[in-house]
Amino acid sequence: MSNIQYITGFATLENPLDIDSFVAKGGFSGLHSALAKTPAEVISEVKRSGLRGRGGAGFPTGLKWESVAGDDERYLVCNADEGEPGTFKDRFVLEHAPFLVLEGMAIAAYATGAQTGYVYVRGEYPHVVASLSSAIASAVKAGYLGEHILGSNFSFNVEVRKGGGSYVVGDETALLNSLMGNRGYPFLKPPFPTEKGLWGKPTIVNNVETLAYVPYIFTHGAEAFASIGSSGSPGLKLFSISGHIAHPGVYEFPMGTTVRELAAAAGGILGNLKAVQIGGTAGPIFDTAALDYPLDFASMRKAGGALGSGALVFMNTTVNMAHVLEVTMRFFAEESCGQCFPCRYGTRQLAFMANKIASGQGRLEYLDLMRDTTHVMVGASFCPFGQSIAFPLESLLDRFGDEIVSFIKQQEFLKEAAV
Amino acid sequence: MKNVTLTINGKKITVPEHTTVFSAAEKAGISIPALCRHEDLEPKGACGMCIVKIEGQPGYKRSCVTAVEEGMEVLTSTAEIRDIRRGILELVLAAHPADCLQCIKHGKCELQTLAERFEIRDLRYDRYTRGLPVDRSSFGIVRDMNKCIGCGRCVQVCNEVQTVASIFFHGRGSNTIVSPAYGTTMGDSVCVNCGQCIVYCPVGALYEKEAIEEVWKAIDDPDKIVVTQIAPAVRVAIGEEFGLEPGELSIGKLYSALKALGIDVVFDTNFSADLTIVEEATEFLERLKESGPFPLITSCSPGWIKFGETFYPELLENVSSCKSPQQMLGALIKTHYAESRGLDRNKIVSLSIMPCTAKKFEAGRPEMRSSGARDVDYVLTTREIARMIRQVGIDFRNLPDGTPDPLLSRYSGAATIFGASGGVMEAALRTAYELATGKALEKVDFVDVRGMTGVKEAEIDVDGTPIKVAVTNGLANARKILDRVAEDKRRGRSSYHFIEIMACAGGCVGGGGQPIPNTLARRARRIEGLYREDRSLPLRKSHENPEIRALYAEFLGSPGSEKAHALLHTKYSPREQYQFSE
Repeated sequence: MSNIQYITGFATLENPLDIDSFVAKGGFSGLHSALAKTPAEVISEVKRSGLRGRGGAGFPTGLKWESVAGDDERYLVCNADEGEPGTFKDRFVLEHAPFLVLEGMAIAAYATGAQTGYVYVRGEYPHVVASLSSAIASAVKAGYLGEHILGSNFSFNVEVRKGGGSYVVGDETALLNSLMGNRGYPFLKPPFPTEKGLWGKPTIVNNVETLAYVPYIFTHGAEAFASIGSSGSPGLKLFSISGHIAHPGVYEFPMGTTVRELAAAAGGILGNLKAVQIGGTAGPIFDTAALDYPLDFASMRKAGGALGSGALVFMNTTVNMAHVLEVTMRFFAEESCGQCFPCRYGTRQLAFMANKIASGQGRLEYLDLMRDTTHVMVGASFCPFGQSIAFPLESLLDRFGDEIVSFIKQQEFLKEAAV
Repeated sequence: MKNVTLTINGKKITVPEHTTVFSAAEKAGISIPALCRHEDLEPKGACGMCIVKIEGQPGYKRSCVTAVEEGMEVLTSTAEIRDIRRGILELVLAAHPADCLQCIKHGKCELQTLAERFEIRDLRYDRYTRGLPVDRSSFGIVRDMNKCIGCGRCVQVCNEVQTVASIFFHGRGSNTIVSPAYGTTMGDSVCVNCGQCIVYCPVGALYEKEAIEEVWKAIDDPDKIVVTQIAPAVRVAIGEEFGLEPGELSIGKLYSALKALGIDVVFDTNFSADLTIVEEATEFLERLKESGPFPLITSCSPGWIKFGETFYPELLENVSSCKSPQQMLGALIKTHYAESRGLDRNKIVSLSIMPCTAKKFEAGRPEMRSSGARDVDYVLTTREIARMIRQVGIDFRNLPDGTPDPLLSRYSGAATIFGASGGVMEAALRTAYELATGKALEKVDFVDVRGMTGVKEAEIDVDGTPIKVAVTNGLANARKILDRVAEDKRRGRSSYHFIEIMACAGGCVGGGGQPIPNTLARRARRIEGLYREDRSLPLRKSHENPEIRALYAEFLGSPGSEKAHALLHTKYSPREQYQFSE
């Protein structure tokens, strides 16, 4: 396992809002070297690095930047609406290395011709709104943001926007709607935001972590970035580790690090491992076989899941999977935006059935009906949110179905015995 | 425009590019099911019922928002698609009250139709209801969010077509609710009662506030004299409730039906449409003489009036002081008619049959009591009067043509076109021209102001004076012109002399009380029906109507007289958007 650090290296600064100590540690040197290149060169450098989006979908960042086309009025949005349960790495970056994100935004804006940037911060992170605003002010004062950045002709202003607490707004299209003051409903692509985004203008939406890794490419070079990690998933990755683990927290490791290695780095599993959910609540719940999965885009896809946000929630044998089912379904029901019928009504029924099961009033028919409901949602939900419910639900029923069935039967037996 | 050829269920079809797969299938004779799509509205893809399989593409695509492509191979009804559609319907039905038999939309409900079409015979899900109170606070519109399926059509029409923005989505997930802002009621909200939300609601979540029971009571009361009037747009639409084509003139049958219901006296709002024209043309000519204030804006559409009071208070001096034809006739029924027949006005129940839900609001306005009490006691929509006719069991289609009662019912062609966007303007021009010039108008047809186009402009020469007019229908279109008028006002100039505004697309033929479906295509056919009647009538100018002449001679004196002003004119006041009552 490698010991390379980047974001976590900057995060050791005593005062993360002190721009001088950030610069002393090499901060903003990536922006210097990027501004010495043409925007096209910057994009091709990012493409060569192989950097892929760290928000969940893993779309190649360079390609996204390159696809910006059309109108000259352009926007860059930093997606800091980190709502995935068990995911807290963007919060970590914004708290401990805010200038790295701003440096990445300035480079991205320079490459894509964006004049205005927004950081859309999750509503549950009010302290980040305050600290980030102060970081922006310092960066403007020091000439890294604002007019004529570092004496060049390039100007770029960043503003902070606070979300209203919706999970679905983590989806880039819903986020753009929310930024424009509309209801946080996703819209269909194409057209992609890079052609028609904010107010119909070309808009790039990048995740916090993605942007924080951009300066690396311009400090250490695209090759250096590409040499880390596994093929097709180069670079470092932040992992949010929680659950039954000795030292929960944010860990930075190369892509391709296995679940076992990560668990060890976090001090080991508490008790005996039963299950691990990878990639967020919308990701599958694996059994112990997952320990040997390398954490990168291709390997996780092969394992029937997704790397997603890089969240790992460990569960030991004390966990009742019927309760996991209930918590997961309730989450979906609470966070469905309500725009499309399959998700609006499907999540409600799933949560209802899961609640009945967990509270000892379950019926065995529910298990088939839950699968059928998921089938409808996968086929006809408007956005990936409703479609993704199949990952946790089907994995739970496939891998832990026996346990849930015996829980339902046991509860039934107890009820009859009580009569 | 390029054409695109694709295959739908094995059948080749060629359609213009940018056509949606949904529409292409329709052309190929395949009806894809949908709960949120409506032919008049921009598709949003909410319900998921219209999914199709496109060869070579992963998953399913919503056909309402997917454009056709050359060589596309589409399957609209595989076993899995049917399963998913049934699944969606089951999910919706589990959250929908099972009171179809008592529902106002029974038999006309799009959800019910699809549930039947997909043979939803039992529900595997546990049912739940929302337990929300039914909002009856509005004069015109009842809002029952227990029945709402969240398709968003009402939100679209209220926000995009009407720009009233009275209702919007609130809450999230299965708690999503369509509601006025801040949880206020419809009655306290900015709602203008146009009823377009009702027209586009696929289920029974929004409907007119019925007055049928009260009207039956009045009819059955031997002490009451029920006097009714019928609005222009009703006569070309009521037939649809009984299987006739949109635009088919049924006024004769309706006169007969009303008598058969036991209504004592039948007058016609077309008469007072002619009266409105004489008063309004007089008002216009006065403004011409005194050079303003211009533009003069018509005042027949109560949805527009509330909209204007709310959003354009600075333009209220431009709005004609003429009451709408409904209220002019209401005032005359309880004064002139009562006096001329020696009747106690308190025994008269004044009933109007309107294509409009906002008329229910208008009739309740405090300004509309010139006779000392409500001039119009009850307003029934076209749909409601059709229900009453059905209740009695009258064979409407085969009724002989009846006649209305004399005094307040004769009308000219100019009156009947009030029901179409541009009709009031055209009628006013016919009369204003002749009153201003003293010459006979050679060509009575002002075709530039006709039709469904949202904003129409024309310049008419009145004896050497060029008169600039604008005609709008649908309140988003009204805004386009009103913003300009407001800007003109700030700059102390004027671009128009005369503007007609109708709240609903197409004018009153598309009102919120008209038979459903009330699509733009049907509205256009109703309009054709009105112009057909106009052409067929012996008199086509309001001021030539002999009953109008008699009314002035016997009762009002002259147009614009003091008595006319007391009974036929009103004034408007600025209005807050929200009332925030207890």
